[in-house]
Amino acid sequence: MLDVKAGDEQSFTLLLHRYRRPLINFLYRMVRNREQAEDLAQEVFLRVYRAREEYVPSAKFTTWLFRIATNLALNSVRDNRYQRMEISLDAPVTAGAEDGDEKILDVAEKHPNIEQHLIEETRKKMIRRAIEKLPEKQRAAVLLHKYQELDYGEISKILECSESALKSLLFRAYETLRVELAPLVAQQAKQ
Amino acid sequence: MSCSRMENKILGYVDGRLKESERLEMEKHLLTCAACRVRVNEFRAVNVLLDELPMIEPSAAFDLRVHARVASEPAKQSWWAWFMPAPRVAFAAATLALAMAWVGSRMPDSALNAGDIDKINQNLPVLENYDVISDFAPLSDLSQQAPDDDPSDSNQSQQM
Repeated sequence: MLDVKAGDEQSFTLLLHRYRRPLINFLYRMVRNREQAEDLAQEVFLRVYRAREEYVPSAKFTTWLFRIATNLALNSVRDNRYQRMEISLDAPVTAGAEDGDEKILDVAEKHPNIEQHLIEETRKKMIRRAIEKLPEKQRAAVLLHKYQELDYGEISKILECSESALKSLLFRAYETLRVELAPLVAQQAKQ
Repeated sequence: MSCSRMENKILGYVDGRLKESERLEMEKHLLTCAACRVRVNEFRAVNVLLDELPMIEPSAAFDLRVHARVASEPAKQSWWAWFMPAPRVAFAAATLALAMAWVGSRMPDSALNAGDIDKINQNLPVLENYDVISDFAPLSDLSQQAPDDDPSDSNQSQQM
């Protein structure tokens, strides 16, 4: 990032290549829409580029990056909630309208062992839904902890809370996941 | 360690993020608490299940879109950049200022002393009326008679 600050455009491309995948995945799991996740990821990189001259390496770059991403995602989730409330008054809900559902059917048709594939996809769907059901801040905490493997200090800076508050947040989130995924958890615990 | 104290450490234990002393304390508790052992196993199971979610790949056009947005950003200019569109003008202005300073430093000191100022002040009424005096006919006659007069009188007429 310091090279980007010094005006090295090549370093910005390196940053983009290194962080685009984890960033898009984090945003995708936050907002539940691929296109929106990519739009938000673009916005994150644009903000990084804009702020390059003011960047002070007081914290890890990943902390700064995911702080921008988390704030954008939380705002987007809140905006979407209002939009969905407005749409639900006018439009009927159609089955299989979400990204994941459409993809499942496409792949399932081409899969040699459809039954096995459907079982796997049903598990994934359950897990995805369980994460989606978490309150936004808990969801962000789980995603940053589990998938980005950030430490408690970094996540607490991103979510602007104390480390003990974060641990409590994560505990509540895992408790909810444990209950939501109870059949799968029981199956998994036996293995 | 009580079960309520364990709550905030259980995930750290499952992840292997606890300090050595905390881990040993947790394991000691787990030996005697069946409920917490079950919870640890279930949290481990949740962790394994979360690994099942596949990662998505960025679309092919993602990089291009980011680069296009970055390229469309207006270039940031510092206050110093204000001079940059006309560096020749800035150079000419700086040279002119230096030249004026140099010429100014070489000028003789023209400051007047107090005696000179008093003299000017004494002659000021005469100078103010110079146009009137130069066109005043009787004075032209007087100037012709002047050589016959006392020199002190001529000084007085000049002072008028």
